[in-house]
Amino acid sequence: MSVIKKPAMKGVQRGLSPTPFHDFLAPMNLEQSWMDWAGFLSPRHFESIESEYFAIRNQATVFDVSPMRKYRIAGPDALTVMNRLVTRNVAKMRDNRVAYSIWCDEDGNVIDDGTVFRFTATDFRLCCQEPQFSWLNDVAWGFDVEIVDESLDVAGLSLQGPTSYAVLKAAGFNGVETMKPFDIRHFDDGVTVSRTGFTGDLGYELWVPNDKAAALWQHLFAAGRIHGLKPVGYEAVEMTRIEAGLLLPGKDFQSSHHALRSTRGRTPFELGFGWMVDFGKGHFNGRRALLKAKETGPRYMVVGLDIDGNKPAYDALVYHRGKVEAGHVTSALWSPTCKRNLAFAMLKAPYGIGVTDDLFVEIYRDKEGKWEKGLARARIVNRRFFDYPRRAATPPALY
Amino acid sequence: MTEVSGKNGKAGRYDAIVVGAGHNGLTAGAYLAKAGLKTLIVEKNDYIGGAAVSRELHEGWTYSNCSYVCSLLRPEVARDLELGRHGLQVIPYEGGATFLNNGDHFGSYAEHNAFRREIQRHSPIDADAYDRYSRYIMRQCRFIRPLLLRTPPDPVSMRPKDLQEMMFLLKRFHDLGAREMADMLRFWTMSVGEFLDEFFESEVLKAHFAGSGIIGTGLGVYSPGTAYVLLHHYMGDVDGSIGAWGFTRGGMGGVSKALSLAFMEAGGEIVTGSGINHFLTENGQVSGVVLDNGDVYEASTVVSNMDVRRTFLEHVEEGELDGDFIKAVKRFKIRGSSGKLNIALDSLPDFPALPPNSILMQGDMHASESLDELERAYDDWKVGKWSEEPYFDMLIPSQIDPTLTHPGKHMMTVFVQYAPYELAGGESWNGPARQAFADTVINKIARHSPGFRDKIVHMEVRTPWDIENEVGLTEGNIFQGELTFDQLLFNRPVPGYAQYRSPIKGLYLCGSSAHPGGGVMAAPGANAAREVLSDMGRAAVGNGVMGRAA
Repeated sequence: MSVIKKPAMKGVQRGLSPTPFHDFLAPMNLEQSWMDWAGFLSPRHFESIESEYFAIRNQATVFDVSPMRKYRIAGPDALTVMNRLVTRNVAKMRDNRVAYSIWCDEDGNVIDDGTVFRFTATDFRLCCQEPQFSWLNDVAWGFDVEIVDESLDVAGLSLQGPTSYAVLKAAGFNGVETMKPFDIRHFDDGVTVSRTGFTGDLGYELWVPNDKAAALWQHLFAAGRIHGLKPVGYEAVEMTRIEAGLLLPGKDFQSSHHALRSTRGRTPFELGFGWMVDFGKGHFNGRRALLKAKETGPRYMVVGLDIDGNKPAYDALVYHRGKVEAGHVTSALWSPTCKRNLAFAMLKAPYGIGVTDDLFVEIYRDKEGKWEKGLARARIVNRRFFDYPRRAATPPALY
Repeated sequence: MTEVSGKNGKAGRYDAIVVGAGHNGLTAGAYLAKAGLKTLIVEKNDYIGGAAVSRELHEGWTYSNCSYVCSLLRPEVARDLELGRHGLQVIPYEGGATFLNNGDHFGSYAEHNAFRREIQRHSPIDADAYDRYSRYIMRQCRFIRPLLLRTPPDPVSMRPKDLQEMMFLLKRFHDLGAREMADMLRFWTMSVGEFLDEFFESEVLKAHFAGSGIIGTGLGVYSPGTAYVLLHHYMGDVDGSIGAWGFTRGGMGGVSKALSLAFMEAGGEIVTGSGINHFLTENGQVSGVVLDNGDVYEASTVVSNMDVRRTFLEHVEEGELDGDFIKAVKRFKIRGSSGKLNIALDSLPDFPALPPNSILMQGDMHASESLDELERAYDDWKVGKWSEEPYFDMLIPSQIDPTLTHPGKHMMTVFVQYAPYELAGGESWNGPARQAFADTVINKIARHSPGFRDKIVHMEVRTPWDIENEVGLTEGNIFQGELTFDQLLFNRPVPGYAQYRSPIKGLYLCGSSAHPGGGVMAAPGANAAREVLSDMGRAAVGNGVMGRAA
């Protein structure tokens, strides 16, 4: 059922591994600022977070997403297995389309989120943050599919920003102009392009076998230089994903497979993902629990907050009427594009559901060595803070 | 540890006497002395420490003769008794490996990414499964850790304190949620083999983890109850890193030394060199102890650090105890199942299976490659033989600790499972059997380390018989009684007497026979002292051990 690959070597590498793009990334990383992403050297930033952030929102950028986990689920029962795994209805997807989705455990708590690539009804790829190989094999037990962990075989570049389309055009990706959001297109040299991303902006993700990764990088940069193409690190991407209203597992919610406290699990409804739950498609993992959860109503609610002032509410507690603790902030930033002080918060019912007014966040400020505490008013708003039409325009504007 | 000297007197009167200077006796003594009691500890050996000792048996090499690594020692106790100031230092170690007969190995890296790659090398599915396994174990740890420094409630008592503790226990249990409750009951009663089979497919990985489920236990990897023993080895921590183990600088005697310094600073006295002959009692109340050398010490509170069998079957007048109690003590399972080699090495051994200069050598090394092999090792024990293919837990602390021997030389500690207390055919351990046992182990090590034998400068071989004779642990059981569910919580050591008290008024148990059991934990000692002080109407000592007295 599953393909086991056993590298024949004595022991394993310690420390962090280079990605297939590392030789290009390293010289550009002026401060050699790296972080651990799934055991890979992942850039935190290259020059300044600010310049990288504005490059995402103003020109074109690449972020090395090779450390993403990639699983291939293929075989006669692939569609059945995928539908058993995720809460959305994969049968409704057309071939060569991507769908953002989540998957749950038996209790209806979210395990992880990710993107489902449907190449055909018998061939899927799942891209996600956390390792899922053993879970996928559990879910696929008894079904006729082959599950291959492609994580170490497929490299990925996230090409994001208003001129990303122009870069692809210049690089000769013909036909890219007809790609709608979430479309997949296959190109020469094993390059697969999906119109997806984590920034809420116009953007694409390019997937390529490891041995073709270097060529892709060189090709893109040769074509992209005049369109302002530059690499960005995690910090800038993090800002844009908050602006885009996208949740990060482990930060904005805890995967039920990692939480030690059984009460930390969250249902899709509590994360604002109710729209992704399709009860009409037949059984899937967590369905029974989710039917019940829908009836009893959410115990928590993740909300977007617009906060007074300009000091980001990192790790802040949220209070109702400045007194009763209502929850806490999970992600926060001052948005240079929206010009708003934004955050996601996990609120405990009834806050965020029945009670949505009179919320405040407690913010600490370091005023040159003296800490001051202040309460700032917060309003619940749609968490898709950044939503420009250029994200979905087809064909995209050629800047 | 012979430098510890108490006031040597032929007779004396004390507020409290502790029998046995094992780490729990020292802990109990230190708490009592700090509470202002005039406290005496009597010890049969010339040195203190019980099974937490460091001894130089060959010039230039210090062994951790019995216990050899530290994780379970309660941080609350270390804090209360200021063990840091008294010199205790526990250094977490990284690494560990299981050697395979095909020349490969399974490496246990502390570093998450490397460990993941290593598991993946043996089985890709198991790499993810390990995360789920870890979470499962951690959830169990979260449940059990807060219970360690609490006195188990008497489940049939209606006293407010017992009811309160029972409620505490039930509430924690209830808070787990339906699934976790079910998991917990399964986990506490199932075998470590079945437990690991549920998560993993790689034989070597299962064998590597399974060792923790059988260490010190007269059970096999497929015997019910061994999953809990695994948890018992995971629930400790080094500076908050749960599940981590460390070397005590200077060997495990460092724990006892720090405890004894805390005890003596608080005014306690230690008398070594003569064991107890019997407890003195008057009308069902303890009144003191008589030592083998004839010395008599009086006290209306006596705390025994000896195991429950030794305490009541060998040193209390049988007529003082009810038949039912004696029967319960007799059936308390305290089976010898392990031995130990302490080896002085001329140089660092080679393990060609490992990558060069591997950090894996700095941790616990094993050479049992499957659960089947481990189960067969247990089969030998059942028929009174030591395992032909023994499981061993082998470490070389001198790679990290510079105080143990000269630079370039090494000290190796090899814990060996299984070795029976009674050999088949009535053969004595105190003869050729001891060396034959050692040879079995050395041969197995040498299979994975060419030239190992030539590096041996000196070796101490300890069979269950030796451990019983020297340390005083019945049958050489390192936990003062099996850690199976039937002998845990309010059933430890025997039902009705889980609160450190005994049928004899004023006579308490503070050793690992009592809750929460064995390992260098200091919890039974601290808990017993708290109960003693409660009975005296005195306030408990320290901020760490604030748990309620029953």
